[in-house]
Amino acid sequence: MARTGPGLRIAIGVLVAVVAVGLPFQASGFQSLELAYALTFAIAILGLNLLIGYSGQISLGHGAFLAVGGYVTAIGQQRYGLNYLVTIPLAGIISGLIGFLVGLPALRLHGIYLALATFALAVAAPSVMKKPADLTGGVKGIILPPYTSLVPGLSDDQYFYFLCLLITVILFLVSYNILRKRPGRAFKAVRDGELAAAAFGINVSTYKTLAFAISAIYGGVAGSLYATATGFVSPDSYPFQLSILLLVGAVLGGIATIEGAIFGGLFTEFLPIFSQQALTPISRQLANAAPAVTQGIVLLIVMFVARQGIAGLLRQGYAALRGRLRTDAQTLKPAGESPPTGIR
Amino acid sequence: MTALAQQIVSGLAAGGIYASLALALVLIYSAMGLVNFAQGEFAMFSTFIAWALIVALHLPYALAFVGAVLFGFGAGIVLERAVVRPFEKSSPLILVIVTLALFSIANGLAGAIWGYVPKPFPSPFPVTPISLGGVLVSLQDMAVIGITLVVLGLISLFLTRTRLGLALRAAALYPESASLMGVRVGWMLALGWGLASAVGAVSGILVAPIIFLEPNMMQGTIIYAFAAAVLGGIDSPLGAVVGGLSLGVALNLIGAYIPQLADVRLGVALLLLVLVLVLRPAGLLGRPEVSRV
Repeated sequence: MARTGPGLRIAIGVLVAVVAVGLPFQASGFQSLELAYALTFAIAILGLNLLIGYSGQISLGHGAFLAVGGYVTAIGQQRYGLNYLVTIPLAGIISGLIGFLVGLPALRLHGIYLALATFALAVAAPSVMKKPADLTGGVKGIILPPYTSLVPGLSDDQYFYFLCLLITVILFLVSYNILRKRPGRAFKAVRDGELAAAAFGINVSTYKTLAFAISAIYGGVAGSLYATATGFVSPDSYPFQLSILLLVGAVLGGIATIEGAIFGGLFTEFLPIFSQQALTPISRQLANAAPAVTQGIVLLIVMFVARQGIAGLLRQGYAALRGRLRTDAQTLKPAGESPPTGIR
Repeated sequence: MTALAQQIVSGLAAGGIYASLALALVLIYSAMGLVNFAQGEFAMFSTFIAWALIVALHLPYALAFVGAVLFGFGAGIVLERAVVRPFEKSSPLILVIVTLALFSIANGLAGAIWGYVPKPFPSPFPVTPISLGGVLVSLQDMAVIGITLVVLGLISLFLTRTRLGLALRAAALYPESASLMGVRVGWMLALGWGLASAVGAVSGILVAPIIFLEPNMMQGTIIYAFAAAVLGGIDSPLGAVVGGLSLGVALNLIGAYIPQLADVRLGVALLLLVLVLVLRPAGLLGRPEVSRV
C-alpha cells in the first residue's frame, strides 16, 4: 500500500473535522443557523443521491418527504408533547414507510415517467397537508417550540448546529456502509442494467423500493431538523421548488458521490443568499430574480463541463495530488481513487 | 340540465388552455422523447413579449400575438441548437436537469426584466356572456376553445400533409434511416422545439387575461397540461387536446358537484396523472411503448 495515501487521507479528514467543529465559534449565531440549514439540506441531498445516483430512479418530489418529516415533528411536539430528540427519528421512520409505499408504484415507472409522477407528488404535497386542518393546522400551519441548548457553554444556535452535525455524521457513515456492502452493489447493478441484475439473482423490486425507503428516511430526518430550525411548518414551507432545489444541490455536489452531498447542501443554502446579496445594491428586482438565474446557469455549466459535480472535480484534484506525492515517494504503482461514476 | 351544460362549457374553456400547453409538450416529446419541464416558462416569457409589444410599442393585439408566437418559435429553435443539442442522446435524468435549468433561467430572467407584480393582460374578446339556448358562454371562452382547435388543426395538417412534417416525423421515429434519406435530423429536432414554443406562446397569451401576467403564472397550468398530455397519450397531438378538454370538464364538474374535493382539484389531477402512468402509460390515444430487451 502506498505510504502517502493514508497520511493524506487523514490530513484531509482532520482538516474537515477542525473546520466543521470550529466554524460555529467563529460565526455569529445567525450564521451557525445558516450552517445548520446547509447540513440539513446535505442530509436530504444525500438521501436523494442514494436514490438517483445509486439506484438510478429519478425523483423530483423529495420535498414531499421533507414535508412529512416536518409535519411529524410539529404534530408530535404540539399534540403529543414529544421531545424533538424523539421526533427526529420518528420523522425518519414515518417518512421511510411512506417512501416505501411510494416506491411500489414507482416500480412500474421509468425515466421521464418517474420524473413526472414524483413531480406530481411534490406539487400535490402542500395541498394534501392543508386538508386535515385540525391535525396539520391547515393553511396557518403549526408553530414549534424553540430549541434550547442542553450543553452548558454553547448558545442555542451553536447547540443546534452541533446536533445537526452529529446527525449528519451518523447518517453519512450509515450510507457509506450501505453503499460499500451488498445493498450498494445491488443498487448499482440495478441502475446499470435491471435485466442483468435480475439474472445475477438480485431482487430488483426489493432493492428499488428499499432505495426509495432509505432515501425517504433521510428526507424525513432532514425535514424534521428543517422544521425545528424554522420553528414553523405550513404548506407554503414545502413548495415544489424545494424538491427542485434538492435535485440541483445533488447535481452540483456530484451525483453518485457521498461527499458531494455536503457541497450540495452548502450550495443549496448559500448560493441563493450570496447571489441575492450581490445584486441587491444594483436593483431589488434584479436581486429577487438572481437566485433562479444563477441556479439555472450553474446547473447548465455543471452539465456542460463537469458532469460529476464538485465532488468529481475534487476527486480528480485529489488523485492528481496523490499521484504527485507518490512519484516523489517512489512507491509502487498507483492504486488510484476509483473515478466517480457520475451520470451518463 | 342547463346547469350541467353550463359547467361542461366552462370546463371546455379551461380545458382548451390545458390542451394547448399539453400540445406543446407532446410536440417535443414526439420529437425527442423528452418532457420539457420548462415549457410553461417559455410560454410565460413569450406572453411577456406580447405584453411588451402591446404596452410599450402600442401594437394592435393581433400583431403582438403573431410577434410573440414568432418569438417563441425562434427562441425554441435557438435554445435547442445552443443548449439542448449536446444532450440529445443523454439519459432522461440529464435532459430533465437541463430543462429544469432552462425553467429557472426563463423564470428568473422574466422576473429581472418585468418584475413579479401581476399585470393585467388585454384580451380583444369581451367576457360578457351571450346565451346559447340557456347556456351562458363568453366570447373569451369560445375564442380559447376555437383557437386551440385551430392550432391542433394546423399542427396536424403540417405533420401529415407537408414534406417538412413528414421529415419531422421520420426524424423522430427513425433518426438514422431519416438521415440516410437526406433529412437533417438535428434541425428537425430544433423545428420541433420551435413549434412547441410557438404553440406554448399561444396558450400563454390565451390564459394571461384570466390569471394575470407574472413570472410564475404558468406553474399551475403546466401541471394540468402534464396531466392532460399523459391522459391523452404523451405522443399523440390529438390525445393532448382530448386529454386537455376532458380534464377541464372533469375538474369543473368535480368542483361543482363534489364540493369536498373542490379545493384539492390539483390533487385530483395529479392522482389521475399517476394512475394513468401506472395503469395505462400509453394514455387514451397514445401508442404503447415497446422496447427490445
